[in-house]
Amino acid sequence: MATAESPIPTGIVEIKGLRKRFGTNEVLKGIDLSVKRGEVIAIIGKSGSGKSTLLRCINGLEVFNEGTLSVDGNPLLHGNANAMRTLRQHVGMIFQGFNLFPHLSVGRNVMLAPTLVKKRHADQTVAQAKKLLARVGLAEKFDAQPDQLSGGQQQRVAIARALAMEPAVLLCDEITSALDPELVGEVLRVVESLAEEGMTLLMVTHEMSFARKVSDRLVFMHAGRIHEVGPPEQLFGAPQTAELKQFLSSIND
Amino acid sequence: MVDFSIWDIFRNLLLAARWTVLLSLIAFVGGGLVGLALLIARIAKLRFADQLVGGYVQLFQGTPLLMQLFLAYFGLSLFGINVSPWVAAALALTLYTSAFLTEIWRGCVAAVHKGQWEASAALALNLREQLRYVIGPQALRVAVPPTVGFLVQVIKGTALASVIGFIELTKAGTMITNATFRPFTVYACLALMYFALCYPISAWSKSLESKLHGHR
Amino acid sequence: MIAFDFPAVLAEWPLLAKGVAATLALTAVSASVGVTLGVACAWARLHGAVWLKAIVGAYVELIRNTPFIVQLFFLFFGLPGIGVRLSPETASVLAMVVNLGAYAAEIVRAGIATTPKGQIEAAQSLALSETQVFTRVVLPPALKRVWPALVSQIIIVMLGSAVCGQISTPELSYAANLIQSRNFRAFESFIVATLIYLALAMALRRLLNWAGPRFIFGK
Repeated sequence: MATAESPIPTGIVEIKGLRKRFGTNEVLKGIDLSVKRGEVIAIIGKSGSGKSTLLRCINGLEVFNEGTLSVDGNPLLHGNANAMRTLRQHVGMIFQGFNLFPHLSVGRNVMLAPTLVKKRHADQTVAQAKKLLARVGLAEKFDAQPDQLSGGQQQRVAIARALAMEPAVLLCDEITSALDPELVGEVLRVVESLAEEGMTLLMVTHEMSFARKVSDRLVFMHAGRIHEVGPPEQLFGAPQTAELKQFLSSIND
Repeated sequence: MVDFSIWDIFRNLLLAARWTVLLSLIAFVGGGLVGLALLIARIAKLRFADQLVGGYVQLFQGTPLLMQLFLAYFGLSLFGINVSPWVAAALALTLYTSAFLTEIWRGCVAAVHKGQWEASAALALNLREQLRYVIGPQALRVAVPPTVGFLVQVIKGTALASVIGFIELTKAGTMITNATFRPFTVYACLALMYFALCYPISAWSKSLESKLHGHR
Repeated sequence: MIAFDFPAVLAEWPLLAKGVAATLALTAVSASVGVTLGVACAWARLHGAVWLKAIVGAYVELIRNTPFIVQLFFLFFGLPGIGVRLSPETASVLAMVVNLGAYAAEIVRAGIATTPKGQIEAAQSLALSETQVFTRVVLPPALKRVWPALVSQIIIVMLGSAVCGQISTPELSYAANLIQSRNFRAFESFIVATLIYLALAMALRRLLNWAGPRFIFGK
């Protein structure tokens, strides 16, 4: 019988007991998290708390040592190339450093993966790319080269590129941290519109006001563990643990 | 005694230069193909590929090319194969070139930013697609200047093939010296011929290099 | 089944040892003189008069675009044509020095060219003379930067010295050739010599990587 708290029995992303070591250093010390479809989750915490590592485990860029992770009911199987390929079509990622392909035009950046992986026809992918670029406000930049764009524009292209694969979940790894302050807003606006449309988002972010505004739940991580989870008002308004209190006061200085 | 003019010397050297060029091309193309295969084996993380290719490279970079030529020549004949200097020289130089090129290219692939691997992986591309559409084009751009530069090394390497009897520029030079008794002139001409072959390629490699970095 | 006879080759270890000693001696001399020559050329290319730059430039390009064996043969077989006769050892050392010098010139020049401008300006404002600025402030960090490339080039020259056996310099490849002419074990002789060269190359790399920080440019 479903409870009022979790109307859907299993989330689109289910993480249980996740542990990850780098050599002798245990970076994730047993993570449990259930993400509902359409939910927007912001992961906050100090650097070194394991936030990015957790995100990168979800699309297999990092291999975890213990625990289970499943996306849309499918468990993550690192050794299975086909399974990983399917997984990554359902989970997209935006990186702090944008990572656009410098030798391809903006349009080709967006078109590459659908052409190769989903084996779409050229006219379909071109139309889709144009539509997505318009969606992020860069319709006129279809033929531009990445190095001709500002950081904020490059990041928006990166978002369009990830959306071209029609993912169910989008992972955002500190996507505005490398941007000049005046360029942050244009990227956040796109992310906000994605959230409004019902995209499942997991964001590691330092933009606290944005996180507060847009997310359904906040996850506070500290030293490889999730210390507190809950709606923004709860975490910001009534922090329970000493670590979160300290974190909040440090960012308010 | 017949009097040989400088033109006679040059003419004979030019004829021999054909073989230098041919051997160089065989070694460069053959070595390139082998080197590429070794590189892909390493990138695809095939079993023991890293250690084996690493050892292979160390072997060829840590031993004299002359010894490699001798071993090819005397080694193959042990197995009953009728070895001509051509076969031994082509084999030794091909393997030598493959070791150096695979190492040069490995560096070029390593120079591609890690984020490119991550972004293409996150977009569900498999290794073949990553190499062909994302990493390869970027590595190729960086690889062209040093690869062209290595062609010069190959051409210079063919000179050693003369020691195992392969008739190319240097061997011809030695033979012409014996015929003309004008060693100073002959060896000077010989040096100039190699210079004429190598310098344009070196200069081209340098201009490619500066174009690559000027672009940034 | 092919019968190898390695003991026959290894029994000649005194000859091989002498060859190794000669190879190392050749390398030691040409490395020290060659690198010094390279540093001098690098300085000349950056600070010298126009004519000096041209001569050094021509020297560097000529050596780098011709095979070492041709350079060696020119010195040993070619010079007698104009009355200059060199012994095999002299010709070998000279060829190796000239060869390494040209490559070292380019390597060191690249190292010096990347000296941060601030270093030179600081040294000048401390009233150091031009020579002092070069030898104390510019050169040591430059050598440190290019040390791997320089070490690799020294090893290349050491391996290249194998060719000197062709003009009867009694180094390692000559020893191997001598052994195989006596016992007809060509393959085994050359394998043994090749493995010794490999060991020498590895040892030399370790030695130079240790000696560089210790004696030349500090940690």
